[in-house]
Amino acid sequence: MIENIKERLKDKIKEIKIHNERRVYLTIDRKDLKDVVNIIFNELGARYQIVTGIENFDKFELLYHFSFDKQGLIISLRTFLDKENPEIESLTSIIPGISYIEREVWELLGINFIGHPNLKHFLLREDWPENLYPLRKGVKKDGRK
Amino acid sequence: MVENRKVIVPIGPYHPLLEEPEYFQLYCDGEEVVDAEWIAGYNHRGIEKLSESKHYDQVTFLVERICGICSTSHPIAYCNSIEDLCGIEIPERAKYIRSIIGELERLHSHLLWVGLAGHFLGYNTVFMWAWKYREPILDMFEMITGNRNHYAMLRIGGVRRDIEDEDVPILKKTLSEIKDKVKMLTEAVLDDPVLSARLKGVGILTKDDIKNYGAVGPVARASGVDIDVRRDDPYAAYNLVEWKVITTENGDVFDKAVVRLLECFESIKIIEQCLDAIYGKKGEIWKEVREIIEGEGIGHHEAPRGEVFHYVRSDGNTTSPVRHKIRAPSYVNIPTFKASCIGETISDVCIILAGVDPCYCCTERIAVYDKDKNKKVYDFDQLIKKSIEKTEKIKKELGKEGKLWKHLL
Repeated sequence: MIENIKERLKDKIKEIKIHNERRVYLTIDRKDLKDVVNIIFNELGARYQIVTGIENFDKFELLYHFSFDKQGLIISLRTFLDKENPEIESLTSIIPGISYIEREVWELLGINFIGHPNLKHFLLREDWPENLYPLRKGVKKDGRK
Repeated sequence: MVENRKVIVPIGPYHPLLEEPEYFQLYCDGEEVVDAEWIAGYNHRGIEKLSESKHYDQVTFLVERICGICSTSHPIAYCNSIEDLCGIEIPERAKYIRSIIGELERLHSHLLWVGLAGHFLGYNTVFMWAWKYREPILDMFEMITGNRNHYAMLRIGGVRRDIEDEDVPILKKTLSEIKDKVKMLTEAVLDDPVLSARLKGVGILTKDDIKNYGAVGPVARASGVDIDVRRDDPYAAYNLVEWKVITTENGDVFDKAVVRLLECFESIKIIEQCLDAIYGKKGEIWKEVREIIEGEGIGHHEAPRGEVFHYVRSDGNTTSPVRHKIRAPSYVNIPTFKASCIGETISDVCIILAGVDPCYCCTERIAVYDKDKNKKVYDFDQLIKKSIEKTEKIKKELGKEGKLWKHLL
């Protein structure tokens, strides 16, 4: 399966990290994300699991986890976003169920999803202050800076 | 969104259907639901953020607090992720004990759902039966772990407590009694004309819906999507015992009930084999883990409601995770309401929403208050003492007479 994915994605893969035969991490450019997800989700038939958003020192990192259940394989697509003005294309047109986690990543980490039809607060209350993102590293546990 | 909206019928945030605050807005045209929205976050505790400030060993017990019903599924998934990160292989005895706890939990959780589903339909006999037969399972938990919920059995590298040889025959006897009772319940539910009329053909989810929303667990298996983490990515002892994955084809609420009821028998089968495997043998139950190396790990576990997913990243220097992502099964199962509720009537929507088994917490321990003096009657130490006494009592009763059912029959 890994060989198959390598062949389909070819030079779209910038880096491949094989943790073990069941956990594989692929680094891709954020511009290629939609094409890659289209191939993995629609053509190869992977199951969408979830999106993890991470704040690093210099960049934001998004991990899109997909599972190939027959092989017991989890593929994680890794993309990096700039610290200033982080934004990426929304995948709601390909995977309808991804809408809620994109809203969550947006409100907790402040990553903008371009083309999301309904990008408003999901877990936080509607009058939550703007530009205060509780999952960022500088923010305390009670949500204050 | 629908312009010129019709009547809005609210379900929640506080509603008998959802024993945890969650809010569904149904947009209705007469009796028919034409659109629906889901609003959550009333109970958000920020556990992912909290986890970044706890020690790796503490996180095991922190994530246990995520859910009261499937409380061991998060520790299993978390330990799987750390063991994936560090490449740890746990001792065989610990594998069997993990599977026993996981399957006992599935058993009590499925019975709890069947009871609640009966209750939502106004069929309270099913509620009484299912919850009556669930009680001995909780007693078995208390016997093995000392707790009814929040068993605190897992640790990174294995389990914390062993199952004694003298307990095994009692557990097996109780299991076989529960099996008969669940069989009776299953036959009664599946043959009942009222339940068939209310549940068949209601809230159908197709295979495409399951794929689009990424639904997991019994919800997916009821629609003929053959996925189960226990078989697909084996962990604990699931590849060491014989069992099969239950699937059905129709995808309605009735099939979801069928899948859950039949899974109870598979769980009993797994527990019996695991108990046989550890009986009369000795062995290590945990392996010491001294260091969490730098890297990232993914662990998942098939909880009663579906796949629990944990991602942990470690920087190798500190004693806390840098990032800990948790996804519970209801997070992907609940959004399927967009596919299953539109076009149904209001009365059916209640059971469709309950059909995915949205998760709520049932773990409040008692606190006895003196109303006049406005203070607690028992303090923490006294409560602990009382609960230890109760555990001892259960052990004694089960051990001597071996008749768990005497107060039920």
